[in-house]
Amino acid sequence: MREHRKKTKQRLGIRLWLSGGWLLVLIAIALLAPWISPKNPLEQDLFAARLPPFWMAGAEPGFWLGTDSLGRDVLSRILEGSRIALLVAFIAGTATCLIGATLGMIAGFYRGWADRIISRFVDIWMAFPPVLFAILLVAVIGTGLTSIIIAIVVIDWTRFCRVVRAEAMTQGQMDYVASAQVAGQKRFGIMIAEILPNVIPTIVALLTLEMGIAIIVETILSFVNLSISSDAPTWGGMIAEGRTSIYQAWWVLIFPLIVLFLTVLSFSQFGEGLKDRYDPVLR
Amino acid sequence: MMKPFLSIKNLTVSLKSSKEPLLRSVSLDLAAGNVLGLVGESGAGKSMIGKAILGILPQAVEITAGEIWLNDQELLRKPAKERRKFIGASTALIPQDPLTALNPSRRIGPQITERLVDILDWKKDAALARALELLNEVQIPDPERVMHSYPHEISGGMRQRILIASAFAANPKLIIADEPTTALDVTVQKQILHLIADLQARHQTSLLFVTHDLGVVSKVCQHLSVLYAGKVIEASEIRDFFKNPKHPYSRALLAATPKYNDPASSLTPVPEEVIAEVEAEIFAPRTECSHVN
Ligand SMILES: Nc1ncnc2c1ncn2[C@@H]1O[C@H](COP(=O)(O)OP(=O)(O)OP(=O)(O)O)[C@@H](O)[C@H]1O
Ligand SMILES: [Mg+2]
Repeated sequence: MREHRKKTKQRLGIRLWLSGGWLLVLIAIALLAPWISPKNPLEQDLFAARLPPFWMAGAEPGFWLGTDSLGRDVLSRILEGSRIALLVAFIAGTATCLIGATLGMIAGFYRGWADRIISRFVDIWMAFPPVLFAILLVAVIGTGLTSIIIAIVVIDWTRFCRVVRAEAMTQGQMDYVASAQVAGQKRFGIMIAEILPNVIPTIVALLTLEMGIAIIVETILSFVNLSISSDAPTWGGMIAEGRTSIYQAWWVLIFPLIVLFLTVLSFSQFGEGLKDRYDPVLR
Repeated sequence: MMKPFLSIKNLTVSLKSSKEPLLRSVSLDLAAGNVLGLVGESGAGKSMIGKAILGILPQAVEITAGEIWLNDQELLRKPAKERRKFIGASTALIPQDPLTALNPSRRIGPQITERLVDILDWKKDAALARALELLNEVQIPDPERVMHSYPHEISGGMRQRILIASAFAANPKLIIADEPTTALDVTVQKQILHLIADLQARHQTSLLFVTHDLGVVSKVCQHLSVLYAGKVIEASEIRDFFKNPKHPYSRALLAATPKYNDPASSLTPVPEEVIAEVEAEIFAPRTECSHVN
């Protein structure tokens, strides 16, 4: 029993380290992209189009992961693409979290009419198919980084709201809340000082999950050509472009896809790992 | 009886939605420094009375009639802010479940002292000293370490001791203990009861003791009220109650207390006439409706 617990704990530790490590590397890459990219990610060279990655016959030195159909270096574009990916992840994730969690706390803790209004709103909101909703939204407000972020927030705040509301509601029924109330604490004070610390682990796990999802949404929007202006490299854009030449040059699609997959996975695993590690109740 | 410290007069609490009463014209008196036992089966409304006094009724219910007097002041007519302050300064709660009564994500020390500092304006080191003193008084070994611990690092019995210490910390005049031992091991229950009774006597606190265990009542209370389906059906002095229960339900309740020296004794069901009496009242509105039809 003891032994088993210890093992689980170690595994959790590794998960946290691996995912955290990948995210750190990615942040470093995003910050240093212009200096560490082997080539100019925008430079086209039709004579060097669809060069394969370095281990295959016909590869040319310097183009480690090959080139796309316009002759642009895939590795450099992936490195450059991490900037937009992380920017979207952090800004959209945080904004979504702030809005959704705030409304969820209010609905779950204060209940009453505030809860009725917010919950109805969430129900109606969630009746729209999210991706379609995002595409429509970006089509209406125009493409660009800001609209992508707005679209993600608008679609995903409900996820936070629902989960945080349920959690705040459960906590609100605990006896420690009754004791605080008897002692004369104000409702708002109880929400911040008593309830919030118990909801934070859930919020953190959701937040990192959301950062991964934000990257996916950005990818989907790129895929339907509604993302950032087309010449700035994004992973979604690369995957979309790679799709057209998958039989001639699979590497244009596969490498950004792998990076995307690892990043999204790392975000969610990092959140779960943090929760397991720092939630005093689970610890 | 002395002039009561806590006096509830004809308190009626109903569901907001259906107007169905959960407490029906309940009256209680508790003299200063005395212990009043409140017994009744599950769902009778015992906790509801405590919550009504402390002003923490669930949102789905409301007080529709009655008065609650605490130390010669009527609570229900006070403005909300003033009432909260008054209750916070003079009462405390020992809750049923020591698992959820301490905030799991905060250390124990601040959970005891914060209330003294923030709400009752104590100096920080005075509050700290007071918390340590009380933890000693409830026989917690190594109180300094406990103050730095999280609730999950501490056993259930210890947690209930901490809650008791915390309840007595601010020298409240009235403590409401809502089944403070039900969630505990039988062996620990007894110690906790002794502890509460002991502290109550030493600090001369008035105690409203909610339980469904008559054995417990006979040990710690001077008076007793029996609640059935939201109604007080008997209120007596403890000795009279055990010698000569007036109400048939009380007799049934007494007879239903397991006698460990007589394993052959069977349980007595709630007498028919009691059910008939109370149901006549509960179902009266519907019966009236059926007459109309
Ligand atoms: N939040 C709530 N909303 C609506 N009704 C409630 C709520 N809490 C309790 N009730 C109802 O109020 C009545 C009295 O409940 P109460 O909790 O006071 O019973 P109790 O005597 O304390 O029982 P127990 O011994 O199980 O604690 C019950 O019929 C219950 O269904
Ligand atoms: Mg109860």
